[in-house]
Amino acid sequence: MRRTGWLGCAAAALAIAALVAAPFFLRPYGIYVLSLWAVMTMAAIGLNLTLGYAGQVSLAQAAFVGIGAYTSALLIPAGWPFWSAFLLAGLLCFAVGWLLGYPALRVQHHYLAFVTLAFTTLAFLVFRNEAWLTGGIFGIANIRRPSVLGWETGRPRDFYFFCLLVLGVVTLLAWWIVRSPWGRAFVALRENPVRALSLGVDTRRYTLMAFATGSALGGLAGAVYAPLVQFVDPTPFTLLLSLNLLLMVVVGGSGTFLGPFLGAAVAVLLPEWLRFSQGWYLIIYAALVMVLMAFCPSGLIGLAGRLFRRTAAPRRVAGGATP
Amino acid sequence: MTPVLAVERITKLFGGIVAVDDVSFAVRPGEMLGIIGPNGSGKSTLFNCILGQLRPTAGEVRIDGERVTAMRPCDLNRRGVSRTFQLLQIFPQLSVRENLILAGQEHRGTMATRLFGRRDAGLSEAAARMIRFFRLEHLADAPAGGLSYGQQKLLDAAMAFMAGPRLVLLDEPAGGVNPTMLAGLKDRLEAMNRDEGATFVVIEHNMEFVMSLCTRILVLAEGRMLAEGTPGEVRANPAVIEAYLGH
Repeated sequence: MRRTGWLGCAAAALAIAALVAAPFFLRPYGIYVLSLWAVMTMAAIGLNLTLGYAGQVSLAQAAFVGIGAYTSALLIPAGWPFWSAFLLAGLLCFAVGWLLGYPALRVQHHYLAFVTLAFTTLAFLVFRNEAWLTGGIFGIANIRRPSVLGWETGRPRDFYFFCLLVLGVVTLLAWWIVRSPWGRAFVALRENPVRALSLGVDTRRYTLMAFATGSALGGLAGAVYAPLVQFVDPTPFTLLLSLNLLLMVVVGGSGTFLGPFLGAAVAVLLPEWLRFSQGWYLIIYAALVMVLMAFCPSGLIGLAGRLFRRTAAPRRVAGGATP
Repeated sequence: MTPVLAVERITKLFGGIVAVDDVSFAVRPGEMLGIIGPNGSGKSTLFNCILGQLRPTAGEVRIDGERVTAMRPCDLNRRGVSRTFQLLQIFPQLSVRENLILAGQEHRGTMATRLFGRRDAGLSEAAARMIRFFRLEHLADAPAGGLSYGQQKLLDAAMAFMAGPRLVLLDEPAGGVNPTMLAGLKDRLEAMNRDEGATFVVIEHNMEFVMSLCTRILVLAEGRMLAEGTPGEVRANPAVIEAYLGH
């Protein structure tokens, strides 16, 4: 236990150092891709709460990223400070996510997937058709990047650090939830809702809460996405993004805390790194994902755990349970 | 004295099948009541009707005189009514300790204190005591899914005891548990009964266990109450012998 704890801390410190150093070695496009990774990680952390921890299948996360992005895109040009738009996006998505949780009280698994899929489609149609509010297919431009205590985040590197900062806050928030009795109740909800109910766990309230908190994090991600791309139109917020976020959670390791970070890296960065192979890169990417899922359904975190245990053998490592 | 549990003319139909047929009984505070009967006699369905997992077709359930028919299981549990299921019901990916803490955490505070309060909800000490009692120390932080069947069964029962319940309904607690562990479980039940005044209702096929634990036995057959009495009376009852051995 002690040894894994130290290794974990060292790995985390190394990863943070690499993330801070990276933009000094990258061109603006590379920095943009890394910023996108940070934003998508936030959304994936949210989906991981709903789907990974609490076991509620959701294909609606793209809709919440969209709602968050439009909140930013509408309020920032109107003169609202970024933080107010950011918090409002979170609150709005919390409320809508709570409402979307109600179907989950009646249906589960692939039935629930279809309910949430329909919601994503519905949200997309609202973004596209309600032009009086969203600008329709022409979208909304001129979304200024915020300044924090006099620090202007207009340039790519500054905004990347801003994204990292927000990701740090979201990570701490999610860590807090997952480590609290809520996290335990979420896992109980996923593993055995009938037993959880008989032990006093109000499964109805926790199901709604799992949807609401996960969706709120999606909204926060969207609120940062808008000033990152500085132009919001409906096209990014289709079912494809929901599926991509699902891929991030599953490839990283559903229900593990670090899964979304790795999953988002695979889904956002890997296609870029594979560009050297030109026309082949999507094929290679798809093949890699298929191989991973076939041989390690617990995702990259599960794979890492397996490799670690093999090197640490024969000593038995106890306490591998995810919180 | 108001009975801690009163079941009044409970009937449960599944389509045209009568699973529980007009069953009534009352349990005094501190009593150890056994329920026996052949397979399919409606014992578990009766439990599910009492505990809100199923809504009875007719009849009422009272806890301490208050009507609780079809109340949600989580609300019932927070009133001090706890249970185990016939089939094993634990959380395999949580550790033994986490299983136990989960079983008690919803009994104190609110959603907010559970989010901002202590991670262990102040239950580490109680969980450690339970772990020591059931001799699971060496497995306390291992995923519960890795335990042997008998150990999981004991953990399942231990979870029902975590919140200091007043009334516990156990559905076949002895199934698959080895004799030594079973003696430990019996000690635990008797200690909780003696020291905390907890009341128990136990469904069991292990006659030796149920007859030595309980002071009163109900016999169900084909959804109906067939007999009731002390273990000695029930054992001598010709109708019971016939129900078990056939014609």
